[in-house]
Amino acid sequence: MSNDLQIILAGSFVATACGLLGCYLILRKMAMVGDAISHAVLPGIVLAFLFTGSRDSVTMVIGAGIIGVLTTFLIEFFHKKGKLQTDASIGVTFTWLFAIGVILISVFAGKVDLDQDCVLYGEIAYVPIDLWITNAGVVMGPRVLYISGTVLLIILIFITVGYKELFLTTFDPAYATAVGISTVLWHYLLMGAVSITTVASFESVGAILVVALLIAPPATAYLLTENLFKMMVLTTIIGVLVSITGYYLAVATDGSIAGAMATMAGLFFGLAFLFSPTEGYLVKKLRKGIVVSK
Amino acid sequence: MISQVENPIVEIHDLTVSYDKKPVLWDVDLSLPKGHLIGIIGPNGAGKSTLIKAVMGLIPNSSGYIKLFDQDLDKVRGRISYVPQRETVDWDFPASVIDVVLMGRYGKLGLFKRPRKADREVAMDSLRKVDMEAFKDRQISQLSGGQQQRVFLARALAQQADLYFMDEPFAGVDAATEKTIIKLLREMTERGNTVIVVHHDLQSVPQYFDWVIMLNMRLVASGSTESTFTSEVLQETYGGKLTLLSEVGNLLKQGRFPSREQTEVKN
Amino acid sequence: METFLDFFSFSDPNVRYVVLGSILITASSAIVGSFTFLKKKALVGDAVAHAVLPGVCLSFILYGEKNPLVLIIGAFTTGWLALTLIDFITSKSKIKEDTAIGLILSVFFGIGIFLLTIIQKSGNAAQSGLDQFLFGKAASLVGSDLITFGMVAVLLLVAVYLFFKEFTLISFDKDFAASVGLPIRAMELVLTTLTVLAVVIGIQAVGVVLMAAMLITPAAAARFWTENIKVMIWLAAIFGAFSGISGAYISYIAPSMPTGPWIVIVISTIAFFSFFFAPGRGIIQRLITQKRIKKHIVDENILKALYQLGEEEKNFYDKRTIETILSKRTLRRDLLIKSLRRLKREGYLKNDNGLWFFNTAGKNKGQRVVKLHRLWEVYLTQYLRIAPDHVHDDADTIEHVLTPELEARLEKLLNYPSTDPHKSEIPYE
Repeated sequence: MSNDLQIILAGSFVATACGLLGCYLILRKMAMVGDAISHAVLPGIVLAFLFTGSRDSVTMVIGAGIIGVLTTFLIEFFHKKGKLQTDASIGVTFTWLFAIGVILISVFAGKVDLDQDCVLYGEIAYVPIDLWITNAGVVMGPRVLYISGTVLLIILIFITVGYKELFLTTFDPAYATAVGISTVLWHYLLMGAVSITTVASFESVGAILVVALLIAPPATAYLLTENLFKMMVLTTIIGVLVSITGYYLAVATDGSIAGAMATMAGLFFGLAFLFSPTEGYLVKKLRKGIVVSK
Repeated sequence: MISQVENPIVEIHDLTVSYDKKPVLWDVDLSLPKGHLIGIIGPNGAGKSTLIKAVMGLIPNSSGYIKLFDQDLDKVRGRISYVPQRETVDWDFPASVIDVVLMGRYGKLGLFKRPRKADREVAMDSLRKVDMEAFKDRQISQLSGGQQQRVFLARALAQQADLYFMDEPFAGVDAATEKTIIKLLREMTERGNTVIVVHHDLQSVPQYFDWVIMLNMRLVASGSTESTFTSEVLQETYGGKLTLLSEVGNLLKQGRFPSREQTEVKN
Repeated sequence: METFLDFFSFSDPNVRYVVLGSILITASSAIVGSFTFLKKKALVGDAVAHAVLPGVCLSFILYGEKNPLVLIIGAFTTGWLALTLIDFITSKSKIKEDTAIGLILSVFFGIGIFLLTIIQKSGNAAQSGLDQFLFGKAASLVGSDLITFGMVAVLLLVAVYLFFKEFTLISFDKDFAASVGLPIRAMELVLTTLTVLAVVIGIQAVGVVLMAAMLITPAAAARFWTENIKVMIWLAAIFGAFSGISGAYISYIAPSMPTGPWIVIVISTIAFFSFFFAPGRGIIQRLITQKRIKKHIVDENILKALYQLGEEEKNFYDKRTIETILSKRTLRRDLLIKSLRRLKREGYLKNDNGLWFFNTAGKNKGQRVVKLHRLWEVYLTQYLRIAPDHVHDDADTIEHVLTPELEARLEKLLNYPSTDPHKSEIPYE
């Protein structure tokens, strides 16, 4: 597999996992909680790094993932018990955790194979050279592909098994509780999924692109269809397109791959916003214009 | 003015419900008969929605208990259906009419199961009952208020329950839909189901309901419409403000008093 | 220790500049952020902060070098654009506000990072200052930079001072503000402009990624200490300035560290301390109050029990054993003894050789609790139509809550009833 393809594939895995979960986030009006979690897992990642000494452990993903769920707890704690308004609960919690993460990186610069900039925009360019070599010396291929591939698989299973429950608890949480489906449980399961996806995606695409991938492709798909399943399919397609076009844009301009992908994600959203056959701003204006002139 | 019944389908005992330590429903104690169309009536802020939500276990009670079919809620959820207020849901959600109605079958299916053919048939049948079968694949964002309400109702019907709780099903609904709904509710009670409705329009009460619950922060009256829906009761329900009660409630909230004494066993 | 003194003696003019700059920046962000907080638009501030990055980069690309004024203009433009887009997207499509915020935040920032990396690779030496905008570097606030940023900060403070009343009103109650003829749109415009400006200069100290904290956290912390807006804003400014100085100090002793995260840690710590320990709204405080109330309730119940025993035996001042009291009111023995001792300390009970009895004050207080209990039972049965056998539990709670004022109103409302629903006599003075 060529280097290009490996990078694009890694990007696509990450984009798909994030995009699918992002569909639920935006429908639940929890986009910013997703943003918060993706920032809050940083100290967990650094600490896991320090303790396990390397970045390939499952423990890192799980451990840091737990921090993500804890973030949700904290946000709710400050809101319910602390009587702090929701937006401030989110803002205070994740900035604090992220700040800790950045300082840890700074302090342990030598021991931790991360630096501040990488945290923000990842090192997806290094995917092909960062290989997973088993104890027996077998070269398995790019490590990131295995991690993001596995996480994607987990997410797909999660969404398939819990499709009905996620559907209902997103659409009508009160009714769900009334018929005996635990809205609370599925909320935390979803947040947990976002957590581990964020952590797994962090080192390839960095904090910012994770957020862009969580929100932009789903938002784009949201404007293109009124069927949840189709929305999730479209999100995947858009995510892959973002990966491909972003990569080539970065290559052409010698800029950050993650940044380029985020840019393309924004571009696709803009196109859908203006030209969506059902929802497009310009399309709607044109229709009004035609009707009026009739 | 509070009639208690034997073999009640719903029994509410000394129910107090608080939001943030301030009681919004005080000591509600009543029992409801099977097979009736029951209206919960009262002014805004009276706690009507709160009562239903407490019964459905959506909000916790500060005190008291509730028995449905003479059992705890969790044992009989399959026999109870709940229709929330329309505006609690975002109708921009990417789903079609049949998608929403099928949700009514989810309670019966487990974690791994998909809706089967039989479930779809029940869903279509429910849509027929509310005159919406032609709209089966329509996106819910394209529905009018009345159509949305009918979809909610169809979802409830798809549960094939015995007891139905509905929160303001007639709010913001066109006259034709209202007629359809009330006709359907009557048919349901004639078949032995019990339907309990939070209602806001006093004019239609005697026409629609054969039993009423008059509520204003506390239970004013509960009984057959004929004997209970009198001008005297109406005056008491809609008339005075219970300022003393309100202020005591505020004190409880500010002081953050435990609502029932948790420090000792009672005398 | 030496460096601490070196720093805080402010003898080094560089230190003076940096400290002054940091204070101005963090205080003005905190002040402007307070209004954002009150309007519950904290996360919009986050979006603006991220959105200024592409503007900074673009103006650098166009202008060719790092000029503070040019950078401010660039940042301001994209910041404003971001806000406009969020509004536009939310109002013209079915996209909800939180999605629009997250979308603009991440996409704009992504574009910014993209541009930044291009600049970095272009080998332009002057750009080395740009990536400090990511995490902030208070120490880079020197000379001319400081003058520019400082002036903007002062402008912000003056504007807030002038429009204080108007900003407060539109943050609290837009409808009322409109009804008294306030030009809402114009005021909102000014506030938005100030917010973007605050962000633009704030990122110098804290950086883009953590700027949101400078807007939100000081206000959130201050909120727990007061209900008065003026006081809240002053406190937010002080908290903000304090974290700014701390950040500058840390920059001084550890020049390789980014300032931003440290400022955020300091202000967050202040915030958490406030959440837990602020009197009144603080969590710990409320727990303490609750415990106190529980003890209070137990005490009153003991007095009530003693009074009831007195009624039965027709003698209020008899000496009672622990067992007798327990027979009237079930309670854990050790809690009862604690309560009896407390009541003695407070002057309501006397003790003679293991036996407890009233003094006048105690008897009167016990009598009052009993009276309130029975009055409330009458109220419940008469006004709320609750059956007599269901009112006892409720009265058991409410008897401890009623103030003397409510007591008087209750008596009057019920017309001084002589007995409660259980035919027990209601004791008046």
